[in-house]
Amino acid sequence: MIFYVLKRLVLVIPVVLAVAVVCFLLVHITPGDPLVAVLPPDASAELAAQLRKAYGFDRPLPVQFGLWVWKALHGDLGTSIATGRAVLDEVSRAVGNTVTLAIFAAMLGFVSGGTFGFLAGYFRDRWIDRAVTTIAIAGVSMPHYWLGMVLVIVFSVMLGWLPAVGAGPGGWAWDWAHFRHMILPAVTMSVIPMGIVTRTVRALVGDLLSQEFVLALRAKGLSEQRIFVHVVKNTAPTAIAVMGLQLGYLLGGSILIETVFSWPGTGFLLNSAIFQRDLPLLQGTILVLALFFVVLNLLVDVVQAAIDPRIKRS
Amino acid sequence: MSETDVLTPTADVGGPQQPLLEVKGLSKHFAVGGSMFGKRSTVRAVDDVNFAVHKGEVLGIVGESGCGKSTTARLIIGLIEPDAGEIILDGELVGSTVSLRDMRRAVQMVFQDSYASLNPRLTIEDTIAFGPTVHGLAADKAHARARDLLAKVGLDPAQFAQRYPHEMSGGQRQRINIARALALAPRLVILDEAVSALDKSVEAQVLNLLIDLKDEFGLTYLFISHDLNVVRFISDKVVVMYLGEIVEAGPVEALFTDARHPYTRALLAAMPSHDPDARTQEAPIAGDPPNPIDPPPGCRFHTRCPFAEAVCSENAPRLTATGTAGHSTACHMVEPASGHTKAPAPAPAEQEIVECPT
Amino acid sequence: MSVIADDTIRIVHVEKARGYWANVGRRLMRDKVAVACAAILILIVLAAILAPWLGLADPYQGSMIRRLRPIGTPRYILGTDELGRDMFARLIYGGRLSLFIGLAPVLLAFVIGTTLGVVAGYVGGLVNQAIMRTVDVFYAFPSVLLAIAISGALGAGIVNSLVSLTIVFIPPIVRVAESVTTSVRTLDFVDAARASGAGALTIMRVHVLGNVLGPIFVYSTSLISVCMILAAGLSFLGLGTKPPEPEWGLMLNTLRTAIYVNPWVAALPGAMIFVVSICFNLLSDGMRSAMDVRD
Repeated sequence: MIFYVLKRLVLVIPVVLAVAVVCFLLVHITPGDPLVAVLPPDASAELAAQLRKAYGFDRPLPVQFGLWVWKALHGDLGTSIATGRAVLDEVSRAVGNTVTLAIFAAMLGFVSGGTFGFLAGYFRDRWIDRAVTTIAIAGVSMPHYWLGMVLVIVFSVMLGWLPAVGAGPGGWAWDWAHFRHMILPAVTMSVIPMGIVTRTVRALVGDLLSQEFVLALRAKGLSEQRIFVHVVKNTAPTAIAVMGLQLGYLLGGSILIETVFSWPGTGFLLNSAIFQRDLPLLQGTILVLALFFVVLNLLVDVVQAAIDPRIKRS
Repeated sequence: MSETDVLTPTADVGGPQQPLLEVKGLSKHFAVGGSMFGKRSTVRAVDDVNFAVHKGEVLGIVGESGCGKSTTARLIIGLIEPDAGEIILDGELVGSTVSLRDMRRAVQMVFQDSYASLNPRLTIEDTIAFGPTVHGLAADKAHARARDLLAKVGLDPAQFAQRYPHEMSGGQRQRINIARALALAPRLVILDEAVSALDKSVEAQVLNLLIDLKDEFGLTYLFISHDLNVVRFISDKVVVMYLGEIVEAGPVEALFTDARHPYTRALLAAMPSHDPDARTQEAPIAGDPPNPIDPPPGCRFHTRCPFAEAVCSENAPRLTATGTAGHSTACHMVEPASGHTKAPAPAPAEQEIVECPT
Repeated sequence: MSVIADDTIRIVHVEKARGYWANVGRRLMRDKVAVACAAILILIVLAAILAPWLGLADPYQGSMIRRLRPIGTPRYILGTDELGRDMFARLIYGGRLSLFIGLAPVLLAFVIGTTLGVVAGYVGGLVNQAIMRTVDVFYAFPSVLLAIAISGALGAGIVNSLVSLTIVFIPPIVRVAESVTTSVRTLDFVDAARASGAGALTIMRVHVLGNVLGPIFVYSTSLISVCMILAAGLSFLGLGTKPPEPEWGLMLNTLRTAIYVNPWVAALPGAMIFVVSICFNLLSDGMRSAMDVRD
């Protein structure tokens, strides 16, 4: 097991490096001067050159990349051009909000998706299966930012039950005032993972129950509860892998929902970075999110290997 | 290449005395396993194999699965690259005096799995016409040839030309595969377990078809099979392989009536007989073939041989001529002065060590 | 000839042999859900293409005095938007850009991804390693993040959206194409084709493509729905087309402030995205079962 974890860790290094290259290059595919956001329109050529030097944009690309990686390893992701604050500070403040939201949404999506999927797989081709399949396909086809708007229309505008925007006063706290703000974005966000987990679990459970060994278990007179245990044991590794990946997508794909609900997370930060052409902030945010995703993938693999001995051997 | 060239076999070069195909020192080792941390090992799938197929002959190759029969076939036709060895076609070395592409017109192959060897998306006609088209025949002529060949293999072109493989039975598909192999007017056809997957009755029909086609087109066959009855029925000469090596070779009657190698004898003893009284009761060979990843040293058969002695695990026996002309065996019990207690006394005047036994 | 044929030859009832795609089409036509979805999609696409000849109101002509009329207003059956433009006309016209930006990236990615994947799968070795390891890098980013990152870096615009979405969808298609090609290339009929002296390009064209295009195509159609949502999402963020162009995602964005005045009109463009996306998803599922592709 330790051997497997070490092997996976070694394999992660090139991926992380490649991610860094992509993030670094993002800034350099940008048309125009990266300084455009901070330069006053009437800036002199000397001022532009000075600033370019200050931000290091005057050096050759590989040198810039090396310096950038070196600094990043020391926790320095540069300074935001728009606010002048350290990118890492900005990102770490936002990451907390995004993670809280993503975890709530993931729990919602996984529990509902797992339940729906199990029911649909267990009662395959019955009405409950058809109902669940419809919900799942609607979930994966849903433009979730639109669902957010509809929920706001119903629960904020028409019923007035829940707030439409923001994360509540101050930072996150475990109280109703903050939780109220969480409900709509979390529900909106949970729809896609719900749909995908439902489909996966339904397929897994359905396939498993149609296998002969289950027939043999039933023939042996095993109770339905014990069969349930067998089903869970056999479907868990794949289901967990899918869920882990979905959590990653939630973290990285929250930008649209955070924009709809003005949720002060990384997506919101990314949005403002894009529109203020704040490239260091854009770069830093994407790097942090992508690294989150890589680590999460690694964790999923390790957990999966811990549950399913077949994976380690292959 | 002109169009008519494709429809007629390549010219005979060396006359009837020259073998159509000679295989010299053919070897193929596959690297297996091995990862970032594990060490790699090699399978000696084919190890220094020598034989020759004469014009108009059927040479059978027999052996258990995994003995290297199919690898040999794929090496000959150039689907995999040999690590060592020469393929000589009618006196010309493949890859130097005759190109791989020209060789592939003269040598064709029929595979075991009749379904996997037909493209499911092409009609029968298109499948057969593909080869000639590749070699420059106009599409309409290639299709005419395909219909022609369908009739030759006993399938009515009007009924079958436009069908897809999944609409046909196994026997019919194997006929298509034979027609496809004949489309390039080859001189040598390699039949790699070509009838093994068929029902017994269908197998007999296809075997008869093969014999008819051989006479009609003047073909030479390399017939690979694990089924000794079938090999005895169709072959003129037979080569027995064990773990990538030839252990015995000779004319079919000599080999079936006067087998010298303990492995060949065991195989023959294991043959199902039609006579209930002649059926053997005990298993002639013990155990499974050893792991080809680490073949035993010396004679590779010594781990299962009832006559194995110390010498067998030390030295590898050489193919030695025995009895009938062209019959040779790689066994220390046959090789004079090999050190085996049953080895014949040295008589250099009569015995010689042969390179190409057939 | 002494041998004629297997007995079965004479017994088998001969019907007109049908090609693979004809069979798939026939099975698809029996799937009521898929047919209904296809009909809805064809209707929306036709309406979008033929919009100028349908006698619709001018989608750009607004009026301050008739802003945000509700659904069902005479002459404006779906109401008007925040600048008083006819919503029905804008939704129909909006289909042009929205469908284009939802379909074009998948189509481009299908062409590029299939080429790369088939080459990687057929050639194998170092070529395979080079292509597949590059693809792996893109898997280190969640797709939404990648699309937004590239679009954000390139700046707003339809072409930039097209580029970023194409980049997002190439890697998954390459993976699928590579894996089907790898499994097809080990089949005996590919060896038989090689043995008949055909070159790699000919074999890929005649023997490999025909057998891998089906699964890759079905997989690609399942991406259309995601692409529609993502493309509209980019516009929603202001990274796609610019006002006053009608486009569903952008319309959703500009109407956001109207949810307190006339909420259901504001929700209409999203409903269009939803309908198109779900239809593509169901159609793709129908095709998957019609082609008997298992994933």
